[in-house]
Parts: sequence; structure tokens; C-alpha cells
Amino acid sequence: MPITITMPALSPTMTEGTLARWLVKEGDAVRSGDLLAEIETDKATMEVEAIDDGIVGKLLIAEGTEGIAVNAPILVLLGEGETADAITVLAAAPPAPEPAAAPAPVAAVPVVAAPASAPVPAPMPAEADLPEGTETVSTTVRDALRDAMAEEMRRDASVFLMGEEVGEYQGAYKVSQGLLEEFGNARVIDTPITEHGFTGLGVGAAFSGLKPIVEFMTFNFAMQAMDQIINSAAKTLYMSGGQMGASIVFRGPNGAASRVAAQHSQCYASWYAHCPGLKVVSPYTAADAKGLLKAAIRDPNPVIFLENEILYGRSFEVPVLDDHVVPIGRARIARTGGDVTIVAFSICVGHAMDAAELLAAEGIEAEVIDLRSLRPLDVETIAASIRKTNRCVSVEEGWPACGIGAEIAASVMEHAFDDLDAPVVRVSGEDVPLPYAANLERLALPDPERVAEAARRVCYR
Amino acid sequence: MAGETRLSLHVPEPEVRPGDTPDFSNVAIDRAGTIRRPEIDVVPEEIRDLAFSIIRVLNRDAEAVGPWSGLLDADELRDGLRHMMTLRAFDARMMLAQRQGKTSFYMQHLGEEAVACAFRKALAPGDMNFPTYRQAGLLIADDYPLVEMMNQIFSNERDPLKGRQLPIMYSSRAHGFFSISGNLATQFVQAVGWAMASAIKHDSKIAAAWIGDGSTAESDFHAGLVFASTYKAPVVLNIVNNQWAISTFQGIARGGAGTFAARGHGFAIPALRVDGNDYLAVHAVARWAVERARANLGPTLVEYVTYRAGAHSTSDDPTAYRPQTESDSWPLGDPVMRLKAHLIRIGAWSEERHAQAEAEIADTVVAAQREAERHGTLHAGGHPSPRDMFEGVYAEMPPHLRRQRQRAGY
Repeated sequence: MPITITMPALSPTMTEGTLARWLVKEGDAVRSGDLLAEIETDKATMEVEAIDDGIVGKLLIAEGTEGIAVNAPILVLLGEGETADAITVLAAAPPAPEPAAAPAPVAAVPVVAAPASAPVPAPMPAEADLPEGTETVSTTVRDALRDAMAEEMRRDASVFLMGEEVGEYQGAYKVSQGLLEEFGNARVIDTPITEHGFTGLGVGAAFSGLKPIVEFMTFNFAMQAMDQIINSAAKTLYMSGGQMGASIVFRGPNGAASRVAAQHSQCYASWYAHCPGLKVVSPYTAADAKGLLKAAIRDPNPVIFLENEILYGRSFEVPVLDDHVVPIGRARIARTGGDVTIVAFSICVGHAMDAAELLAAEGIEAEVIDLRSLRPLDVETIAASIRKTNRCVSVEEGWPACGIGAEIAASVMEHAFDDLDAPVVRVSGEDVPLPYAANLERLALPDPERVAEAARRVCYR
Repeated sequence: MAGETRLSLHVPEPEVRPGDTPDFSNVAIDRAGTIRRPEIDVVPEEIRDLAFSIIRVLNRDAEAVGPWSGLLDADELRDGLRHMMTLRAFDARMMLAQRQGKTSFYMQHLGEEAVACAFRKALAPGDMNFPTYRQAGLLIADDYPLVEMMNQIFSNERDPLKGRQLPIMYSSRAHGFFSISGNLATQFVQAVGWAMASAIKHDSKIAAAWIGDGSTAESDFHAGLVFASTYKAPVVLNIVNNQWAISTFQGIARGGAGTFAARGHGFAIPALRVDGNDYLAVHAVARWAVERARANLGPTLVEYVTYRAGAHSTSDDPTAYRPQTESDSWPLGDPVMRLKAHLIRIGAWSEERHAQAEAEIADTVVAAQREAERHGTLHAGGHPSPRDMFEGVYAEMPPHLRRQRQRAGY
């Protein structure tokens, strides 16, 4: 039986890559451990090894091909006595599964394709603010963030980017691709490894009138910079009697990625949303990532911009506009429905949308609200929805205690209590540090089924 | 096992404690005028010794001597004396005001007046200080109105910071005085960031970072040195070593390093140590460091060796942890007395003029206090408006704060 070698996943969040170079040609005999090809992603380059002995029967992908989905077949290895005829059977191999479902991040071992639920690309919702017939283009969240920074840096010479690996390396997650080349090393600054230090540095630069974008490799590492963010960036405008404020953006991935465990997976949304003086946004779609980041950079206040590593590689339709800016503080109705309101942000909007599909099949029409901003929180949009649905479920990856869901529940009590037909139900991460093991990690985080279950509960179904 | 050393914890202790006889014999004092003045573009490695000496200009006979002297004329020196005397008189009045309940808290500068007053005169308009709570001399030497300082101390209806900030944590962008942070040391790395921003903008302004001996233990200090070293930021990094971090003697933060200035060596930042009670020496060293920064030669670390003659704050009683007479034994003397003696020595001042100046300054301070008290003190008279409580949280007022303000009736 010929063996199909598939596009390996270099990391749990990788969705596609480039086949940079074949290191074998058809007819070559290979032994287990021999190098077959070089694979590139936007993060790294690595080699694929053969796991079995055999003869290279067919190279299915041409050298230099970009955008090959993880788990797509790339090469067929023939066993002893087999001929290339066997290959046609394999050409119709199943399509790439959802990358987050890829088993373990053992990059060098090609993963055999397994059927999985196809990813549902989030539909671009009808944006009320966009002119009729606005053209859109499919863009990853990663590129949308980069485009937002590049556009703002072209527009305003006082904007600059700083952080670990933002320059030469183009960003730990390649979000700053091409920026060093375009703007030079005085505006795209690689810093020493001290979050506390470079945050203080950025805050000082902001006090001088520049508009820094401070990238954290993850918001987990920003813990040590809390003093500078809260005590200095957020409070100095107030304490100085309005004389000195910081127009500054702190951005980077927040929340769980895949298999990165307790110290790289925490959601800090509620920590920052607690503090006056800060604005906090956490987009889901690429369009919002771009539009909100542009708004955040222009904002005269410190803005916490919470991204999500898994979303970086996802594509959404982004409007083709010269200046696509999304106002901070306004939620987006991602799906309309009359039976229950599901309020979510960041990656959980995807879970909510999937849950809405499950519920629709059962006759429950869910309205999904993508908060986009956490401070200020668009309570008006939530309350208006509840006036229609009379039921509310909140969804977040963070822990339940004092979380965003707690704030939503309290706000709903204050603003829409009389419209509620059921208590608000919170879906959140389990109240434990995030475990590493794939099965435990899955159990600890919200998923569409759990969201749907909560919706059934508030609908008494 | 034979000969095995049993480990024991080393905890540094000050030379003397209350009841002991004050002893500063361990403080090596160089004679005035003996320490060389290098060119500002000197290679840091060539002046490593300057982190262990003390640059001094005024000698025991009140003469200005050596390569660091000769930068200030008699008018400038008289100005300097007036600034220090004003700060001292201001402190004395505010200490009393605190005891009378007109404010909750005060921190005085007694014995350290020369550091900030002389440094300020080395800066140019537009430069920015990131001070600690004991550099009000920067404001006074820049002619910031005393009444404004008092309005804040009394938290009255004219408080420029609108009742939001602690007394003495002044803030004035126009006077190059960054808003003081109660979280120690945060300003140190911010100053480096401000300076780097100035370089990014191709501006000509420089920054001055300030920190006390105790706070050099904070990570902000070390991160500040890393960034200043890496990017050659146009910043003067000032450490005011007044010997005491509240009750903790300076050896606790300094550890095994010979001096605080020596901290600069690992970062290849030129480091100087200066007599902080010598107005002329402080000014000369500040000017050297400022010129270096201005010439794009990068940062300088300066340790001012001084002594906190008063209590840390109105909440502190130093007799609990150091001999009561320790400040009398401090070998570098009193900055006001030393500059006064020098001015008399060069024939630019006299005891009569000094007495007259003291009286004038006292009148000025009292008049400022009367004016400030007309607008209220902590518990009497005019207060900051609740209307202002909701301003300045954001650059623009968000609707929920506007609603809160309306509910409060404003």
C-alpha cells in the first residue's frame, strides 16, 4: 500500500505553508529519517523526514507552491514491488481538516489526513456602517493587523512599533511582516527582553508625544509590565491634572492558543477592562482587527488590544477602503435571531456562531453579539438584543470569577432586568490553570456544544 | 566533615545605630579640585575610577578650585543660593502646615537642596525631568510659582491637579517636570523612553531620570540602564544617594558594589560620583552630563552623595533608626552654608545680605501661603470641584462618566 506523506503542522496553530524545496526526486529510494522536503511557514522553516523506507513514487506538489493546507498530500511513497499506478487512488485524499484539531505539534512527523468537521469560514456580517456594495477581499487577521499598522505608520510619523522580535524576525507571529523593511529600525524597534522595561520605555515615549505600539509576544508576559500599564499609562493623565497622557497601544495575543499550557494561555480581558483610563478591545474578524487597530492607534488614550493566536491565520472578508476604521466601544451583531442572545468576543465569537448553527437545527434562533470592545462595553446593544430575545448567554475563555461574563450579567441586571425571562448563564473557561494535555485543554475551554447547551438552558429546552 | 564551612546569611548593617556615636570615617572624601574633568566624548572605560571618587569644587576654605570650577558667575551663584534658601524656607512652612492639619503629608529636602536646584540650571527649556518626590528644587529653580505648589499641598479649589494627586507629587509639563509617581522608580525607565523618543524625532531635547539610593533595587532602574546603554539614549541618569531609604541604610540596596555609580560600569555608561552638597560641583557635573546627552554621545550615570538631614516624611521619625546627631557629623556639610561661605569668600555676599535675603524669602513664602490659604486647605475653605473628578480619566469624557457626573449633581 503506497504511503501518502502530508503537509506537516509545524505548530498547533499553523494552517498552511509553502513547499520551499524538494530534497528528493521521483524514483529515489529513501530510508526512514531521510529528509524529503523543506517546508516554510510565515513563522519558521523546517524539514520533513520520511517515516518509512520506500521509493518516491510521485511528488504531488510543485516546488515553491504556497498556501498548501496542513494535512494535504504532498508526496506518495511506494513500498517494495509497488508501481505508480497505485497513486491515482490517493489523489482524491480527504481535504485538510481543521488545523486546531491536528493531533500533536510534532512537526517533523507528517500527519496522516483524517476527516474532521470542515472549518466554517465566518461569514462577513452585514456591516451597517459600510456603504452598499463595498468591495471586500479575503485577508487573514495577521495581515489585517499588519496592514492597519502600516497604514497608520504611513499616515502619522509619530507612530512606531516596538517589542521583542518585531523587527528582523518580523514578529513572533509574523504580524509585523515587512514593517522593518518599509519603516526602518528607528520605527520598528527590537527591544531587549524585559516587558516591564520596554513597557516603561514606551510609556515614556508616549509622554513625549510619540504614539508607540508596544507588542507583547503574549499578554501572559505583560504581567510584569502591569505596574507601568496601570499605574503609569492609565493613571497619569488623571493624576497630572490632564497635562500628560499616553497615546499608546499595547497589543499581542491573549488567551489560549493550542498546547501552550498555563503560563501562555490566560485571558486577561477582565484584568484590563477593570481599569479606568484604559480602553480594551478584542476583535474576532480580520475586518475588525484592522479597523479597531487603526482606531486604537489614533486614540489619545492607552488602548489594550487583545489578539488571538489561533485567529491570526484565519481569513475573513475585509472591506477594500482607503481608511477602514471601526469605532471603539461598539459591538457588532454577528448573527440575528429572536430566541436567545449570545454575547462573546474574540475567538469565542466563532464558538457562538457554530453554536447558533447547532441551535438553528433545533429550532432555536440565536442572536450573536461580537462585543469587539470590552471597555467601554456596548451595554446598549446587549440590552436592545435582550429586549427582543429575553435571554442571554455570555461566552469567554477566561475564568468565571470577576470575568467579562460577570460584568455582562451585572450590566444586564441593571439595564434589562425586566426583559429577562431566565437568569443569564455564563460559559467560561474552567476555573483551573489551563492544562497542557490535548484532552484536558479541550475540556477546560468553551466550545460550540457548551455554548449551545447554555442557550438551551436559558430557553428551558 | 572536617574543615567544612557552615553557611551563614550576610545582612549588611549600618556602621552605627541610635545611641552610638555617629561615624562617617568609612566615607572616603576626595579633596576638592583633585578629580580630573575628562572630555565629554571620553571612552567610559577610561573613567571607571570616577565612579569611586567624589568630584568636589568647594574646599574647606570655601574657595572654588580645580578643573570643575569656574562655570558660574556671582549672579548665577546668588540665584542658586536664593533657590536653595527658598526651598528650605518653603519646606519649613509646609512642615508646620502639616502639623496644623492643613495638609495630610509632606516631604522635605533638608540637606539635599543643592542637588535639584543646581541640576535644573544645567538644563534648557523643553528638557524633561522624571523626578522623585524629593526634587522640588527643580521647580523652584525654574521659578514655578510657590503658591501653585501650596495649592496642591492644601488640595484647595485652585489645586492645579484638581485634588487628584497626593501633596508634593507635583506635575508640570511646562516646567519640564514629569508627574511624580508614587510607585517608586517607574519614572526612571520612562525617562529613557522619553529620551529615545526625542532621538527618534531628531529633536534636541534631553531627559533627566531621577531615583533614590533605595529604589535602585527596582527592576525599572536596571531596565533603564539596559535601554540607555543599548540605544545610547540622550538622558542623564541621576541617583540621589542620601544614605537612607526611610530606615534602610544605603548598603542594603547597594549590596557588594562599592558605590551606586559603579552600577553603570556593566553597561558601559560613563559614571560619575559627585559631592551632592556642593552646588558648584553638582552643577558642573550636571552640565558635563547634559552636554554629552545633547551632543548625542549618550547617557551618563551620576551619583550625588548627600545626606537626608530630616525625616523621610512627616510620617517618619528617624531617631528610631539612626543617631540623633548623625546629620551634624555628615562630612560634606550643609549645601546652603557652603555656598553662602563661598559667596562671602569671593566678596559677592555678606552676613548682612544673607540675613536680609532670609527675611525676604520668609516674607515671600508666607505671602504665598496666605494667598494659597485664601483658596482653602485640606479641611477648610475651598475644595476641588467634584465636577473635575470625572475629567481626565480619558482624553475625552465617555458617556458613562458624564452620567456619573450628572448623578453627582455636576
